[in-house]
Amino acid sequence: MLSSFDRDTERQRLLTRRTLVLGGMQAAAVSALVARLYYLQILEADRYTMLAEDNRISLRLLSPPRGLIVDRYGVPLALNEQNFRMMMVREQAGDVEAMLQRLSKLVPLTELDIRRVMRDVPRTRPFAPLTVKENLSWDQVSAIELNTPDLPGVSIEVGQVRAYPFGETMAHVLGYVGVVSEKELQGSEDPLLSLPGFRIGKNGLEKAHDLALRGQAGTQQLEVNAVGRVVRELSRQEGQPGKQVTLTLDAKLQHYAQQRLQEHPSAAAVVMDVRSGGVLALCSNPSFDPNQFAMGIGYDAYQALLADERGPLTNKAIAGQYPPGSTFKCLVALAALEAGVVSAEHRVYCNDHMELGGHRFHCWKKGGHGAMNMHDALKHSCDIYFYEVSRRLGIERIAEMARRFGLGSKTGLEVPGERAGLVPDGKWKRATLKEPWYDGETLINSIGQGYMLATPLQLAVMTARMANGGYAVEPHVTKSVESAYEERTVWPAIGVKPENLRLVIDGMNGVVNEQGGTAYASRITQVGMEMVGKTGSSQVRRITMAERATGVRKNEDLPWKERDHALFISFAPIQNPKYACAVIVEHGGGGSKVAAPIARDILLECQMLDAARATVAQQAEAPAEPVAPGTKR
Amino acid sequence: MSSLDLGAADTMSLGEKLAQISWSLVLLICVVASVGFAMLYSAANGNFDPWASRQIVRFCVGMVMMLTIALVDIRVWMKLAYPLYGIVFLLLIAVELVGDVGKGAQRWIDLGFIQLQPSEVMKVTLTLALARYFHGATLEDTGRIPFLFIPLLIIFAPVGLVLMQPNLGTSLILVMIGGAIFFLSGVRLWKFGLVIGSVLAAIPIIWQFMHDYQKRRVLTFLDPENDPLGMGYHITQSKIAFGSGGLFGKGFLMGTQSHLNFLPEKQTDFIFTMLAEEFGMVGAVGFLGLYCLLLLFGFVIGLRCRHQFGRLVALGLTVNLFLYLFINVAMIMGLIPVVGVPLPLISYGGTATLAVMIGFGLLLSVHVHRDVRMSKRGITDF
Repeated sequence: MLSSFDRDTERQRLLTRRTLVLGGMQAAAVSALVARLYYLQILEADRYTMLAEDNRISLRLLSPPRGLIVDRYGVPLALNEQNFRMMMVREQAGDVEAMLQRLSKLVPLTELDIRRVMRDVPRTRPFAPLTVKENLSWDQVSAIELNTPDLPGVSIEVGQVRAYPFGETMAHVLGYVGVVSEKELQGSEDPLLSLPGFRIGKNGLEKAHDLALRGQAGTQQLEVNAVGRVVRELSRQEGQPGKQVTLTLDAKLQHYAQQRLQEHPSAAAVVMDVRSGGVLALCSNPSFDPNQFAMGIGYDAYQALLADERGPLTNKAIAGQYPPGSTFKCLVALAALEAGVVSAEHRVYCNDHMELGGHRFHCWKKGGHGAMNMHDALKHSCDIYFYEVSRRLGIERIAEMARRFGLGSKTGLEVPGERAGLVPDGKWKRATLKEPWYDGETLINSIGQGYMLATPLQLAVMTARMANGGYAVEPHVTKSVESAYEERTVWPAIGVKPENLRLVIDGMNGVVNEQGGTAYASRITQVGMEMVGKTGSSQVRRITMAERATGVRKNEDLPWKERDHALFISFAPIQNPKYACAVIVEHGGGGSKVAAPIARDILLECQMLDAARATVAQQAEAPAEPVAPGTKR
Repeated sequence: MSSLDLGAADTMSLGEKLAQISWSLVLLICVVASVGFAMLYSAANGNFDPWASRQIVRFCVGMVMMLTIALVDIRVWMKLAYPLYGIVFLLLIAVELVGDVGKGAQRWIDLGFIQLQPSEVMKVTLTLALARYFHGATLEDTGRIPFLFIPLLIIFAPVGLVLMQPNLGTSLILVMIGGAIFFLSGVRLWKFGLVIGSVLAAIPIIWQFMHDYQKRRVLTFLDPENDPLGMGYHITQSKIAFGSGGLFGKGFLMGTQSHLNFLPEKQTDFIFTMLAEEFGMVGAVGFLGLYCLLLLFGFVIGLRCRHQFGRLVALGLTVNLFLYLFINVAMIMGLIPVVGVPLPLISYGGTATLAVMIGFGLLLSVHVHRDVRMSKRGITDF
């Protein structure tokens, strides 16, 4: 018994010792835990605090409202409209399909809408709203709002959508906005672009001024939980709204001109201020509805636009390149006077055709015009006269004059997509066609045919440079981007003698205002608003010898695509010219018959609008209620 | 009680027993558990539901069980040591047969009112069984290798079953509890060295038999950044919660990591993370201090006991409690691999709470009956 007790004491002593060892090990282990706490919570606290904030705070961008685009009088051309979107939160809505069924009784949902929603369902988190339908009408919005109690998880969200009140009229100049493409996203640093649903300028001035119109992103700090659900807003910093862009365009005039062009399948017109270069109207017909693009155009509608042979998506005013036809004769005449190869009174006899190098060159008038001086040659648009003059001038001097008046190179208008046209010369032909220049080609090009190509805008610039007395005015369409407008009126002189220019303009006067002129029927009769101009009909097909023998077919007998382009360049008024106008009607037939009346109407409208505004301004200036003398405020 | 003749000399009245209960330990347990309730309240974003309220009920049930166990004579527990071990062992087998599949491992038996995890209870019954075996063993006995065969079987039979579930964490804890009792019973150190050495040598072989998820956990532990969205995510987020708590914490109910759900399992395994986030290092160290105080009680009770059975039970249970604490806290701080061990009294969970309360009951019983005389077989044979 005693021994058993001794054994127990011995055991107990060993156990106590070993308990102390165990306790020591545990103390060491707990110390390790405390050391780890110290490392995590004191030494690394800053780093982990930052990581916790990163976890917790989600930075969201707020897209700023896009800047407005207004015309020269402040009429809005592109603005932001409220867009009502129907959203649904899945976890609140319950059965999505049943909910869509119920919704379709209030708002018509197409098969496509439903398919899109069902497609988005697995991609959206249950608490994140998904778009059911965009662009709801007021009635639809109120129908939804009224039934809110029966539609859990369904809400109306107000977004902004770009709207173009003038629709087709301004489509080519303004362009449109669209969703950001992958390429655009990669090429830009702007965080706004990565916002879902953000739209940027895709074409026209919306594209050219996109950075200014876009504004700067605001930021919103949100507290989010692990699955991304927003818990609350921590802070909000509004962004910088986009800047307002004011154009030199006159919406009324543009609208008028566009309507006038719509009478023809395909046409373009440009009106510009001859001194400042401000473009008042830049029209291209047919056009398209930019609102469709802003909301996201459907595939079929887009394919239809692409397939249309009249090219509704092309801005013909700046990107359509046409042989200038007889409108080019003004510059040939000027070049001839400047070079001194003919005097104004020098006469050339037109007997239907002219022979050169074994080829026969015809005048447009069968039987010929008889003896023509420069004035008459312009007035009647005699081809033989210009064949002869150009033969003496040579292509180099003609080309040089064309370039001085802005042909053959881009004018530098801000609207994207401008093309350069073509002013051919010997060097160009050797370089591109690897052939020498033939004299016969000089003749053809002197009447604006052959290789010659010009855009309607270039023709308007050319006309403006003649109208302003020979100054190299350049066109622009942006008046200001939220800045003061400094109208530029001083331009470098082209360097032509004023008397020579006057002789050419005198010829253009003959075209419109003298009996027998090719555009006499389209003269402006309002005193002080008269215009001068030059017709042009550019051939788009080759007339064979056989056809000449049997009689040239009339335009009306030809298929549309083979008819001549009708052109007209003009400016008004004659005294102190203000506006230059170029009109082209694709395959319209003759310039005098088709293009000149349009130009006449546009220039007249332009001046009438001015006159009407001047009257209104006068009435506004006159004090409506004379203030009694002596009363001071 | 007739079959368990305790001898009149060693029986105490109920009043004496109640007076002998270490009420300061009971109070300390309540304090620690209350910290747990507060954290569960916070984990539910300031709600008693669903966790805190149910945990309080469980704790109260556990409290009654604990006091009842404390009042039962320690010699009864010694008598029941093998039968209890046997019952829980059978339950472990039952888990294999009918256990619900939870978290990729069969661990639970649904008893209706509680989802029982026999492996948790086994920690207690293993301690009892080993303590009983070594109670009557002299140092000479423990020096004989054949004498150790039976206790090794007692340890590794349940370990094998738990490994099959598979639950690596709990099997390791069982082994460590057994090892601690061997150590305290006087098994020679060189024998431990031999076993540890051979285990290390066996690691490559064990690796072959490990489940993919277990391998992944070990690998993730070694390089958490390698798996930032899977298992590594839990530890990374837990470390962020610790670190962002700083010295004084973000305040009660203000932990962003936990309340915004960046922290996984915040009501169970990661509840200490939440505590450290909301109360900072000050709170975390304070809490560890309270827990260490619990351990200290265990050591003191064990050392003051006058019979080997009581000593081994008290110290074995204390080691068990320590292992819970260390493995849980070290895991969530990224010191050891993720092994899914709760923090008793704090973590939400039924079995762990009850198992620990049973353990405390036995500890208190050892304390109350520290001076009873016990024969080799647990009954006075004077």
